[in-house]
Amino acid sequence: MKTKSKLIKPYTKKSFITYALLIAVFTIVQLILNFGKMSFMMQSLLVPLCVYSILAVSLNLTVGILGELSLGQAGFMCIGAYSGALFSSLMKEAIPEAMVRFPIAILLGGLCAALFGVLIGIPVLRLRGDYLAIVTLAFGEIIKNICASLYLGKDAEGFHLSIKSAADMNMAPDGKMIINGALGLNGTPKDSNFTVAFIILLITVIIAYNFVYSRTGRAVMSIRDNRIAAESVGLNITKYKLITFGLTAFLAGVAGVIYSHNFSTLQASKFDYNMSILILVFVVLGGIGSIRGSVIAAVVLTLIPELLRETIGNYRMLFYAVILIAMMLVTSNSKLKGRITAYTNKLKGLIKKEKKGEIK
Amino acid sequence: MALLEINDLHVNYGMITALKGISFEVNEGEVIALIGANGAGKTTTLHALTGLIPAKSGSIKLNGTELTKVPAHKIVEMGMAHVPEGRRIFQHLSVLDNLKLGAYTRKDKANIEKDMQMVYERFPRLAERKSQIAGTLSGGEQQMLAMGRALMSNPKIIVMDEPSMGLSPILVSEIFDIITSIRKDGTTVLLVEQNAKKALAIADRAYVLETGNIVLSGNASDLINDESIKKAYLGE
Repeated sequence: MKTKSKLIKPYTKKSFITYALLIAVFTIVQLILNFGKMSFMMQSLLVPLCVYSILAVSLNLTVGILGELSLGQAGFMCIGAYSGALFSSLMKEAIPEAMVRFPIAILLGGLCAALFGVLIGIPVLRLRGDYLAIVTLAFGEIIKNICASLYLGKDAEGFHLSIKSAADMNMAPDGKMIINGALGLNGTPKDSNFTVAFIILLITVIIAYNFVYSRTGRAVMSIRDNRIAAESVGLNITKYKLITFGLTAFLAGVAGVIYSHNFSTLQASKFDYNMSILILVFVVLGGIGSIRGSVIAAVVLTLIPELLRETIGNYRMLFYAVILIAMMLVTSNSKLKGRITAYTNKLKGLIKKEKKGEIK
Repeated sequence: MALLEINDLHVNYGMITALKGISFEVNEGEVIALIGANGAGKTTTLHALTGLIPAKSGSIKLNGTELTKVPAHKIVEMGMAHVPEGRRIFQHLSVLDNLKLGAYTRKDKANIEKDMQMVYERFPRLAERKSQIAGTLSGGEQQMLAMGRALMSNPKIIVMDEPSMGLSPILVSEIFDIITSIRKDGTTVLLVEQNAKKALAIADRAYVLETGNIVLSGNASDLINDESIKKAYLGE
């Protein structure tokens, strides 16, 4: 027994506990759904919960593992959402089977976002700390605003594109609007559902764990710990920064695709900096560098305002803010933290004792 | 031909000139000490050698290959390892991960394993603390880890920046013993030190830097008896 437990590496244990937890939660939710005990509001939250969790896990790779502050998450999500939704609405007739169309849309959305991630990353990753945060924030806003002023239509002659106005496209009057500026994209097939979103979340978490504990992940963490030492052992810093930034953008794009296929209309205004900051809050309060924490924080912090809506209505954001501040105080207070860990260790000791007693 | 040849090397930090054209050479199998006061340009020299800062002019040749235009991460592959000043280890990673990162540029897995054993033999304390997080090691252990990490790249020449900085006298002696043993195993050492006495005791030759110029050079055994050196650096 002892030799076996030694063979299992600690990180394998850590990641498998997370997978098991996720699957357990999924099964419970499915059971409740099957018995019809879930309110309609909660049902409508299931896909967004998965989307926010994916976004938080992916941002944690840049913030926690690479140690760079990025506020452009919503921008990459926007690119994924637009490219995925555009693909699906164009291919609705060509590929009627959602099981085929949706995975392609997800992959395409992710790749488009990753491409932008790398292109933006090349100049931006030379900056560090506050400056990087400001520039990524600006890029996110630029992407959002470009998407919000994008007009795309199709008539007998082919596609018409404009970034000024619908009239500027010179489309024939019988043509079909595909992207209508600030009104966004209409008629995206509703391919997302809880099961698909959950599977993608699980894959994201698996990718994240395998990335962190890989050779590449070790290199990325070494850059976070000490840039000069990393350079002096022969690491190509730019390369590893770009890999991480690209992966974060890819996963954010994937989340965007799932998000856009959950509603029939898609508007760029949703992907503003509030969204980016919200995701960063999930990462920080879930624990920087902790993948499991990111998922938990995303779920809990998305559910709290919705649950408050039912009880205290209009005052919910006030309470939400108080809860956030309280959480920050608790997680950053070393005295309180020490007490909590002492308490949990005591509990763990008790559980172990009980288990030993059982075996005897 | 010398293993490492530096010729008329100039380095600037913006408007400030840090190195005003220094030239020196390191032959295979030697321990060379680079000594000087604070701000003399010792660390700058090492950073220029390992590509961490660009040279303004002059040449750096390792085994005849020009290094001034080669990026830092390629220089390690070419056989020059750097032990940075102030024990720059990867604080949040384990001792084992730190050592693995030292071998990052290498592809020969079997030999990496062998070198890992060699590092553990040289630093038994690191072997005991394999899975410990590096930031929790003592100062001396961290210095050993930084040296072990550099050795993991299987370098021809290892450049060390103030390995004795901030350590207790016993540990300082231990670190210098280790440097001697590294040299015995065939690795050339370029040593930057403020502890001139210790450095001159183990070095073959030495160069004295003063405000960006090499002002004195010669056999270490001669320099240690030089009156001006005694006065300026040995406190006698």
